[in-house]
Amino acid sequence: MEITININGSDHTADVEPRLLLVDHIRTGAGLTGTHIGCDTTSCGVCTVLVDGTPVKSCTMLAVQADGREVTTVEGLKSADGLHPVQQAFSDEHGLQCGFCTPAMMLVGAALIDDNPDPSDDEVRWAISGNLCRCTGYMNIVKAIQAAAAAASSNGDS
Amino acid sequence: MTDTTTTPPEIGGIGHSVKRVEDARLIEGQGNFLDDIALPGMLHMALVRSPVAHARINGIDTEAATAVDGVLAVVTGELMDQHGLAWMPTLSGDTQAVLATDKVRYQGQEVAAVIATDPYAAADGAELVDVDYEMLDAITTPQQSLADGAELIRDEKEDQTDNLAYTWETGDEAATEAAFAAADRVVSLTTHYPRSHPAPLETCGIVADVNSVTGQATIYMTSQAPHAHRTLFALVAGLPEQNIRIVSPDIGGGFGNKVPIYPGYVVATAASLLIGQPVKWVETRTGNLISTGFGRDYYMTGELALTNDGRIQAMRVDMLSDQGAFYSDAQPTRYRAGLFHVCTGSYDFPHAHIKCRGAFTNKAPGGVAYRCSFRITEASYLIERLMQTAADELGIDPAELRLRNFIQPEQFPYETATGFVYDSGDYPTALRKALDAAGYEELRAEQAAAREEGRLVGIGIAHFTEAVGAGPAHTYDIAGLKMIDSAELRVHPTGKAILKLGVKTQGQGHETTFAQIVAEETGIPATDIKVIHGDTDDTPYGLGTYASRSTPVGGAATAMVARKIADKARHIAAHLLEAAPEDIERTADKFHVAGSPDQAVSIQDAAFAAYTNLPEGMEYGLEDVTYYNPPNLTFPYGSYVVVVDVDPDTGVWKVRRMVALDDCGVRINPMIVEGQIHGGLTEGFAMSSMQWITFDDDGNCIGSNFMDYLIPTAWETPRFELLETVTPSPHHPIGAKGIGESATVGSPAAFVNAVVDALAHLGVRNIDMPVLPDRVWEAIDTATA
Ligand code: FES
Ligand code: FES
Repeated sequence: MEITININGSDHTADVEPRLLLVDHIRTGAGLTGTHIGCDTTSCGVCTVLVDGTPVKSCTMLAVQADGREVTTVEGLKSADGLHPVQQAFSDEHGLQCGFCTPAMMLVGAALIDDNPDPSDDEVRWAISGNLCRCTGYMNIVKAIQAAAAAASSNGDS
Repeated sequence: MTDTTTTPPEIGGIGHSVKRVEDARLIEGQGNFLDDIALPGMLHMALVRSPVAHARINGIDTEAATAVDGVLAVVTGELMDQHGLAWMPTLSGDTQAVLATDKVRYQGQEVAAVIATDPYAAADGAELVDVDYEMLDAITTPQQSLADGAELIRDEKEDQTDNLAYTWETGDEAATEAAFAAADRVVSLTTHYPRSHPAPLETCGIVADVNSVTGQATIYMTSQAPHAHRTLFALVAGLPEQNIRIVSPDIGGGFGNKVPIYPGYVVATAASLLIGQPVKWVETRTGNLISTGFGRDYYMTGELALTNDGRIQAMRVDMLSDQGAFYSDAQPTRYRAGLFHVCTGSYDFPHAHIKCRGAFTNKAPGGVAYRCSFRITEASYLIERLMQTAADELGIDPAELRLRNFIQPEQFPYETATGFVYDSGDYPTALRKALDAAGYEELRAEQAAAREEGRLVGIGIAHFTEAVGAGPAHTYDIAGLKMIDSAELRVHPTGKAILKLGVKTQGQGHETTFAQIVAEETGIPATDIKVIHGDTDDTPYGLGTYASRSTPVGGAATAMVARKIADKARHIAAHLLEAAPEDIERTADKFHVAGSPDQAVSIQDAAFAAYTNLPEGMEYGLEDVTYYNPPNLTFPYGSYVVVVDVDPDTGVWKVRRMVALDDCGVRINPMIVEGQIHGGLTEGFAMSSMQWITFDDDGNCIGSNFMDYLIPTAWETPRFELLETVTPSPHHPIGAKGIGESATVGSPAAFVNAVVDALAHLGVRNIDMPVLPDRVWEAIDTATA
């Protein structure tokens, strides 16, 4: 089937098997390997991307279901102004170790602070509860997302 | 020359929370993980695994699989056998099937491999491989396995007449028995440290690229120990070692899971050799959980002989370990039960005797050091649970009981009853500091008041001592390879440097911290140092990163090679300053003539001169390599205090507070150290509360995916309060110890002690891990019946 997905701002057209998972399409078809695969049961969340701004586990969506939609991956977080506040904050707050869960965590964080400019510790934890991290114990991830929220609102204010 | 320079932030030496250089690529999705590697002409492999735990293979029909569009080949054990590769040696001196030829011995065992042009086609093919199994009874516990008349699991092994994998014993049995006979009190605890799985979020994988013309084998592999793996590949596959290049790319967590060599690696390499194209294999999560290196699975009975006032006289331990179908523990050759010797913990007593038997069962093999230094987690758990039991039985406060028995600061170096020599520590100070931070006295008062009201509050303490940094070459080897490690430092004419390591990061931040060691020792800013690791063609030999050995061994090698470089630079500086080398002193970033700080040259000036303007007779260049053989292990320790609230009606327990004091000696990068502790505490919490691999009576693995094998999310994970003391290791060049695993080692006992403490007044003395709510509820129900 021929599909066109807008990935990180550019249209990407391809002829794909109906059974192709979105995550495989992103990684192999579009060559964007920042989106990872960590399980077979929709449990780990490392494949999370934003589809029309909403976090989605791309291992559990078919590529054809994303036809005509906008997908943002970690590679699309940065803008002409530089790193997205979540990217900067993950580094500043030591929110990553091996970095395998990080792209997904940052995307979920970015979507959260879009909706909620000042999330509490519990609100961040709830938002990322579909995403596992095996290295950090989450404390610094929570801190990073809160710091990003603060940075994003102060940027917005200025 | 000053060795203890404190550097300014722009140099970024030891003690600075320097931001990680790794982050730049990882936060932009530019990491290079194994599955991100794509080579021209690359094929894909899928494994066919046994759905049953124990069965004879009567035949394998590959016809339908071979007919799938895109499938190029189906590899079976028979084909591997033609190349002498149906079996491979394990890291513990046993053999393990690569692809089963005679029997399958556990669910998930590798039976065949399908090679195809695309991963979907490989998976389609794997579905269609038809294996004729003749079912055998599954043995799922080591107790069944060693019972009379149990079916022989390893019937292919000559001389194997039962299911015993090994026996091991240490300590002085006679003296220990005498101490028990004379003891006022004997306290005992029987518990199972359940099977667990490291489950890094990235599974294991390989891209094997064997060039049939040149014979060059380039192997990209999720490896915590690339050099050791190269040597083992050379020995197992008979390939010349100089033609094997192992590249371990960015690793998505290891925790011990990426130490062994797995059948999938061997089959993919053989397939690439036979087909002449690169072959990629990436494990599924289920494949990872059901077949690769698990941790723990020790049945332990520990006893303490005590005086009436709680002084420990001796310790006795009897254990049975479940090895699975092949004995493939990843641990030093001489240590059959790892470094279980540290089960004497942080306490001063003269006698111990420990014995252990390991049994084969129809379960996955591979007892790896899951975020621990070879069975230290089990050992530490046992002694700290026993201390809680003794406190409850003798009616002595558990903190007080520990304080009465601690090895005192002036006793270091201290030789334990099992012959380990602890390097340094101040245990009483650490425990008191943690107790004060937790508000221990107030908590005990609150607990008493809560009990009056029928509420259950528990306060758990664990004070652990680890033994990390294997290890001295006279004692430590894996598969005959001595457990030394190395560092190579090259300083270029502009004063920028490259540091090459034998160890390999999996998220610990080596590219940052090891540069800080060099910065400290040479004055070259950490940001001017590129750290290379993981590529055997481009780094000096080493045994890799696991068992918290990077900083104790590789970090020491780095400090020593940096000192060699600094010393040569000092001689060059003397030449430039027209002074005698002995008159040159070093500050954080300059060499100057003693007494005249104005007459100075920078390390960058010295580096330039190393290629342009040398003293008579000196060799050009500024580079060196060091192989470090540690004189001893290092012994980090910690005091943890956990407060829990237990719901008496449901058995659900919640961590109210977790205070963790760690002493890992000198902290190179405090931010990274704290991150390691957070992660370790979370895994300790996971094991104590939810995470385990279990099996039904037929040997079906329960815990074969993340819906059954529970890893805590942010929602369940407690918040941690961290504290520190700093007691440098006296024998480590920069006084550092290891930290990556301390919290996983020390915290499970603290969590379990807290829950048991909440129920202690009811007479509850033990709940096995994971401490699931139904187990808690049952303990309460039984105690109050
Ligand atoms: S890969 Fe685990 S949830 Fe998608
Ligand atoms: S940083 Fe390794 S899994 Fe999250």
